[in-house]
Amino acid sequence: MALIREGAIVPDTWQNIADDQELDCTQRAIITLARWQSAGDDLRTTNRALGIRLRGDQHPAAIVADLGRFDLVALEFAKFTDGRAFSHARTLRERYGFTGELRAVGEVLRDQLLFMLRCGFDSFEVADSSAATFAATTPKISVFYQATGDGRVPVRALRNTRA
Amino acid sequence: MYRYDAFDQTLVDERVEQFRDQVARRLSGALSEDQFRPLRLLNGLYLQLHAYMLRVAIPYGTLSSRQLRTLAHIARTFDRGYGHFTTRQNIQFNWVRLDQAADILAALASVEMHAIQTSGNTIRNVTADHLAGVAADEIEDPRIYAEIIRQWSTLHPEFSFLPRKFKIAVTGAARDRTALKVHDIGIQVVRDAAGEAGFSVLVGGGQGRTPMIGHVIRPFLPKADLLAYLEAILRVYNEFGRRDNLYKARIKILVQTLGPAAFTAMVEEQWQALRGPALALPDEELARIAAHFAPPTYARLPAASAALAAARAEPVFERWCRHNLLPHKQPGYAIATISLKPEGGVPGDATAAQLEALADLAERWSLDEVRVSHEQNLVLPHVRQDDVPALWRELRAHGLATPNAGLITDIIACPGLDYCNLANARSIPIAQQIQRRFANRERQEEIGAIKIKISGCINACGHHHVGHIGILGVDKKGAEFYQITLGGDGSERAALGEITGRAFAAAEVVDAIDTIIDTYLGARRHGEAFIDTYRRVGMVPFKEALYGAH
Ligand code: SF4
Repeated sequence: MALIREGAIVPDTWQNIADDQELDCTQRAIITLARWQSAGDDLRTTNRALGIRLRGDQHPAAIVADLGRFDLVALEFAKFTDGRAFSHARTLRERYGFTGELRAVGEVLRDQLLFMLRCGFDSFEVADSSAATFAATTPKISVFYQATGDGRVPVRALRNTRA
Repeated sequence: MYRYDAFDQTLVDERVEQFRDQVARRLSGALSEDQFRPLRLLNGLYLQLHAYMLRVAIPYGTLSSRQLRTLAHIARTFDRGYGHFTTRQNIQFNWVRLDQAADILAALASVEMHAIQTSGNTIRNVTADHLAGVAADEIEDPRIYAEIIRQWSTLHPEFSFLPRKFKIAVTGAARDRTALKVHDIGIQVVRDAAGEAGFSVLVGGGQGRTPMIGHVIRPFLPKADLLAYLEAILRVYNEFGRRDNLYKARIKILVQTLGPAAFTAMVEEQWQALRGPALALPDEELARIAAHFAPPTYARLPAASAALAAARAEPVFERWCRHNLLPHKQPGYAIATISLKPEGGVPGDATAAQLEALADLAERWSLDEVRVSHEQNLVLPHVRQDDVPALWRELRAHGLATPNAGLITDIIACPGLDYCNLANARSIPIAQQIQRRFANRERQEEIGAIKIKISGCINACGHHHVGHIGILGVDKKGAEFYQITLGGDGSERAALGEITGRAFAAAEVVDAIDTIIDTYLGARRHGEAFIDTYRRVGMVPFKEALYGAH
């Protein structure tokens, strides 16, 4: 897999750690919700870098109390047509105020890149074979009717400044 | 009417080029059909039985003459010379080539139209009362809010991959002409006790396999909160709607499973979090959009036209006026229904020549405006009563003066097995057979107001659940059969039809309809409409008449 950030292929400094895999303290580990929920105080209180991966059926409300503990949240698109992660991303960014890395994983396709950016994702895990085209993808649409938390100025604000 | 500004125009233009690139990638093989399908569906392009079909949005059913001419041009250049109006204020072109689809979208964009989100699991084309702005029973023009919703829902980054398709209707009137209560969301302009206008919000209605009447989850929503509230509903649905079963994925199932009260609580909680400057609709924005829908400049005329009254001495014209003219809120004007249900035609079809003729007539006699109704007819909304006789003569010359609006031959039918790859049975030939059986105009008048609606399968695109008589195509061991329902109603008195009993073979359907009509005529009290007789006497006499001998 390759990681894309800001239109470039970048090295991934994180490791996905399966539930049956040992955690060693040198890793920047992305763990599952199940592991986090069964973790003892040692994991909760150490200040090691920690990421968490949520499936579409795992609402971010499950980690809202611990959000400060995570530097990265990875949201999974089991299929690209499963749009739950779009809502979860906006909830994390705009409602819970998450400012760390928000990573799209699973079936992540370039035709959805703009939607993902608009919902607050800032890194994208894609297959090696599509990494170059994904990194080169530039948004084809420049007009936004919706105000999301990504900072792009929606049409209504532009209309008001013009008037 | 609403006119695009530079922002609206840029978006549809960019969208055309984006789709052109996606089509090129599909044709070169860079995209698989699986990857391409959701992209083409977001642009209204379906793969049907014989060809691609493009569904074009006619937001809130309003068209200018210029737009109508472009639709005619598309029908002539890219299709086989006609288009088909649907029950959701769309027009479909049934014989489209993939390599020309982007060119059609470009033609649409040149007249401020698009096919964005006319299919796929997205917020679909927003529909509104086709008598918006001209009906006397209206609090406010619903198109103001439909346009606000159109913009908000267009390419919404969060809601483009919902569990299932999502339909919103808006009305500003007490009488419902939008089938509001069988929509995923129905918005009705209402006044609160203080006389302030706002919205009643209804959620969870629907047709299809599991028809349901929606629930009002908020009796009064202030105008400023419209988008925050919609976003809250959609977020709850996007997060919690079922994705494991296609047939349980609509919002109505979520509302039913959670119960309306629990669902409402989730929406309200989300709404409180979303309320804020980003989504609030300030008065200036409401006024800016409303200005686009300001009433046109009408002439000052006497309430009733002497010329029209005199012309109505001619019986054929009088008959058309009786059924196809509606009162206008402006004195001296009338609303004309253009029936797309001629005997033996395809309900909702219009040829390129007819569309062009209508564009000319609208320009001359209807302040350049045409409406599309969810009953698959067209409407000229602003005709001077004095001009009606001349208009009618022109309509007649183009085969557009069928005097049957609201009568038994004014049938809604989906494309059915003639076009649709989901169909169990044909719809169009059944509609045509009924039209032939009841072709006699005196008999039609004697029967009076009645709505027959036909769907070729349980997806219910022909709204059979809310037909006074509903006809549903079913498959019985490979043969086309039809289940009949009675008592459905898509109006403000919404009800779902009840099944009469065993289904009828294709050759028996028209006789069954005849039997139902005879039973009604025998049972009705003076002047009573079919639906009222049915409500009074119930299913039993109809059942006996249909199946008693067996
Ligand atoms: S009701 Fe069924 S047959 Fe008719 S158009 Fe819809 S999907 Fe096709």
